Amino acid sequence: MRLNFSRSAALIAIVAASASATSVKAEDVEVLHWWTSGGEASALNVLKENLEEQGIGWQDMPVAGGGGEQAMTVLRARVTGGNPPSAVQMLGFDITDWANEGALANLNDIAAEENWDAVVPAALQKFSKHDGEWVAAPVNVHSTNWVWANKSILDELGIEQPETWDELIAAMDKVQASGKVAVAHGGQAWQDATIFDAVLMATGGPEFYQASMIDLDPEALGSDTMTEVFDRMTVIRGYVDDNFSGRDWNLASAMVINNDAAFQFMGDWAKGEFLKAGQTPGEDFLCFRFPGTQDQVTFNSDQFAFFEQGDEPTAEQTALAKAILSPEFQSAFNVVKGSVPARTDVSDEAFDACGKQGMADLAAASESGNLFGSMAHGHANPASVKNAMYDVITAHFNGEYDSETATQEMVTAVQIAQ
Amino acid sequence: MPAFPEDWNGFVCSKTRDRGDFLRDALPKIVLSPSLAMVLIFVYGFIAFTLYLSFTDSRILPSYDLVGWKNYINLFRLRAWSIAVKNVVIFGGLYIVFCCFIGLMLAIFLDQKIRAEGFIRSIYLYPMALSFIVTGTAWKWFLDPGIGLEAVVHSWGWTSFQFNWIKSNQMAIYTIVIAAVWQTSGFVMAMFLAGLRGIDGEVLKAAQIDGASNFSLYRRIVIPQLRPAFMSAIVVLAHMAIKSYDLVIALTGGGPGRATELPATFMYSYTFTRNQMGIGAASAVIMLMSIAAIMVPYLWSELREKQQ
Amino acid sequence: MSSNASTQVVSTGRTARFLIYTVLLLFCLYYLLPLYVMLVNSLKPLREIQSGGMMNLPDALTFEPWKSAWSTAQIGVQATGLKPYFMNSIQMVVPAVAISTVLGALNGYVLTKWQFRGHKIIFGLLLFACFIPFQIVLIPMARILGIMGIAGSVPGLIFVHLVYGIGFSTLYFRNYYAQFPDELVRAAMIDGAGFFTIFRRIMLPSSGPIAVVCIIWQFTNIWNDFLFGASFSDFNSQPMTVALNNLVQSSTGVKEYNVHFAGAIMAALPTLLVYIVAGRYFVRGLMAGSVKG
Repeated sequence: MRLNFSRSAALIAIVAASASATSVKAEDVEVLHWWTSGGEASALNVLKENLEEQGIGWQDMPVAGGGGEQAMTVLRARVTGGNPPSAVQMLGFDITDWANEGALANLNDIAAEENWDAVVPAALQKFSKHDGEWVAAPVNVHSTNWVWANKSILDELGIEQPETWDELIAAMDKVQASGKVAVAHGGQAWQDATIFDAVLMATGGPEFYQASMIDLDPEALGSDTMTEVFDRMTVIRGYVDDNFSGRDWNLASAMVINNDAAFQFMGDWAKGEFLKAGQTPGEDFLCFRFPGTQDQVTFNSDQFAFFEQGDEPTAEQTALAKAILSPEFQSAFNVVKGSVPARTDVSDEAFDACGKQGMADLAAASESGNLFGSMAHGHANPASVKNAMYDVITAHFNGEYDSETATQEMVTAVQIAQ
Repeated sequence: MPAFPEDWNGFVCSKTRDRGDFLRDALPKIVLSPSLAMVLIFVYGFIAFTLYLSFTDSRILPSYDLVGWKNYINLFRLRAWSIAVKNVVIFGGLYIVFCCFIGLMLAIFLDQKIRAEGFIRSIYLYPMALSFIVTGTAWKWFLDPGIGLEAVVHSWGWTSFQFNWIKSNQMAIYTIVIAAVWQTSGFVMAMFLAGLRGIDGEVLKAAQIDGASNFSLYRRIVIPQLRPAFMSAIVVLAHMAIKSYDLVIALTGGGPGRATELPATFMYSYTFTRNQMGIGAASAVIMLMSIAAIMVPYLWSELREKQQ
Repeated sequence: MSSNASTQVVSTGRTARFLIYTVLLLFCLYYLLPLYVMLVNSLKPLREIQSGGMMNLPDALTFEPWKSAWSTAQIGVQATGLKPYFMNSIQMVVPAVAISTVLGALNGYVLTKWQFRGHKIIFGLLLFACFIPFQIVLIPMARILGIMGIAGSVPGLIFVHLVYGIGFSTLYFRNYYAQFPDELVRAAMIDGAGFFTIFRRIMLPSSGPIAVVCIIWQFTNIWNDFLFGASFSDFNSQPMTVALNNLVQSSTGVKEYNVHFAGAIMAALPTLLVYIVAGRYFVRGLMAGSVKG
């Protein structure tokens, strides 16, 4: 990344100004996040109470919208105004970007004390650490290559849990023939990209994923494998109902819950919708990895990045970071959120069947080097590239490009965005 | 309207020359100066800053390294930008035309001694009071073929009825027009109604005695007199059309695909969510220049007109 | 005044009147439809909404969503409902509207009754400022608020709304005062009345109608603003729209549509109230000048 002198000088000035201008009192932490409603907000309350027991006040700064995009805009205004919050919920490359700007605090002391290096998976550390310094504390790991299936439809039609692409096609054919919707999907760019992630991983395997999505190798991006991935996206498009565009992901989940659709390809947060509807994993609905990606996990991880309030991280920031990575909070929060803990040594006792499987998969994938950041969720490449890919994937999914054109566009779009 | 001659102040002051002279002369300018200063800094200063940014490699935060025309070149290579430009022409044009047409029609109808006029007027006006953060959801439902109008009409038994514009690449932009017109046409109606009420009844009577029909009465005499109302309406509507952001986000999120992208959503997404502030700034500059190209001559001619 | 149709000389036949009423009523439906959808669904239990039929009246009428949106819904980590944010918005809106109206009145007064060389250019500059897209001012404005020491505070928000409200408030008052007879001002001036005396004694007392227009306009825009409210506030100054957005936009939570709709109507109530209370003066105000040259 470009880090130049004038910019870092400007930033130092801003950060220095923030030390005096900040409205956060000595014993409070101000936290900017987008877990603003329902279960996840009350789960975060656990953290707040934990801090309050230590005499640290929690000043809440929730800003919802677009999976954190709105909050990132607010953050920029806050930092430019010399008034950054103490801690900010962030995803993947946003952390790296802010660390490059020199705006984040160094948490190495508490990390060493708590031995984070040993318990947090290396793939996560890639984002939590910058130039060897811990700058963020991960809260959870969401994995995005899940399939959510309606068990009664599958049983009725005699469909086994599909293990390969061909089995998936056969299963979807059966569902479609029965008059039900095969794939419940919402036509929003990030949802299209979520499926794309899984299809690409299944089609090209982990090496291809690494080359095309993470290393952004133009050769991989323009390869025949990429065209095949797009062809498969076209196939999936054929199993989606006509009214898909603009549909929110939770309404797509509702289609599976209400016996209208058989499958949804979505991250583990979808589980909350099923549980809320009174369903039990394994009995009413099934969760399994996207066929062909049984060994891989594509993830995104919510983290809290800490903004510099002076030279050293404040005692309150340290306390917050410690609380976030405590096994108790990791377990309590992730049970509610549907994700799995960001450290691999947390007991899976409190989790349901899908949660237990998620934790086991994560540990195994981390061990075998099969844990990859999800492109759709900003953990494979920076925001500009991610959005450029979204454009192509969505245009293709909506029939504006054929697969060859989409492959070409993928190369140019990534080139412009870099 | 008759305006003061430019030197009118001087004329009065020369008659009552005293110690307070200077203050008296300067006071109006002093009163105006904070507003002017604020606008110069916070509007024109920021426009200049944006112009500068559009030539830099700014990404997540402003940077000051110049890169020449690169952002503009990339901007015009982006398909999304040409879609956004095409859309704002369709959207802005239809929006202004429909609002003016519906507003004028409703105003003329309401001006016919209608019972419960005040009540009806309030119904027409209220959408302006609501923010699109959630009326967007209501519209989205209503336009959705699965649960909205189409489903309702089907349940009435007319099963061949189709209304799925919001799901179509080609038609989705028109659903944005429908919702936008819903929000502001009542306000435009109020402006025209006010204009109608200000017209001298005697002129109309005379014309009527001459045997003019109702239709030609409006076309020849009433509507031309509404010219100032048209100006205010067009200023307000153009400003809304350009700033339409919430509406698109709430209704379609720019989709299907990117079919309903507008310059405002484009600019926001490049500046803030895609971390390509330079391209965002370039799009803002192009947008401002287009607004200036349309609005400045129009305002100029309207303001000049008044002086005669 | 408002009941006195100016074009009453135009006579309309029976069929024409029937047609006019039909059209007017059809448009009433068009305008009321989204409100109907919101209202009906805010009174249903969530289960009923999920089972479809968005146009149906509620089977099981419930006011729980309203209570929840007001006082118990989760907004951020606190389950406070929209209640506390209401006050934040009021604290921001009232001064911002009041100051910008006064400023607009003074500007309009100067630009019409104390014209000096270049007054038209200045008016043009103020007017064109209405068209600036707010997205581009976010970052530089944040920096300046920081330098001024009012970043993330209610005064900061008031200041921002003031700056970007000048254009329209000046437009309204200028057009209104342009119609005001110059002779009155001139006579008072010859009697020795000063700048502010004339403004207070002569202009202000007759500014009621246009002030209503300006207040309605500013109130609506400031109350409904989201972008500035989100960017320039901090934990204790977030306005209502930000809270409402937090309530409805949560990305991965369960969407309680009934609570969302209840919250949305609630958030709109102050503006609706202003429209209803001041509505009858609104057209009168527009009529009295803002749309005339």
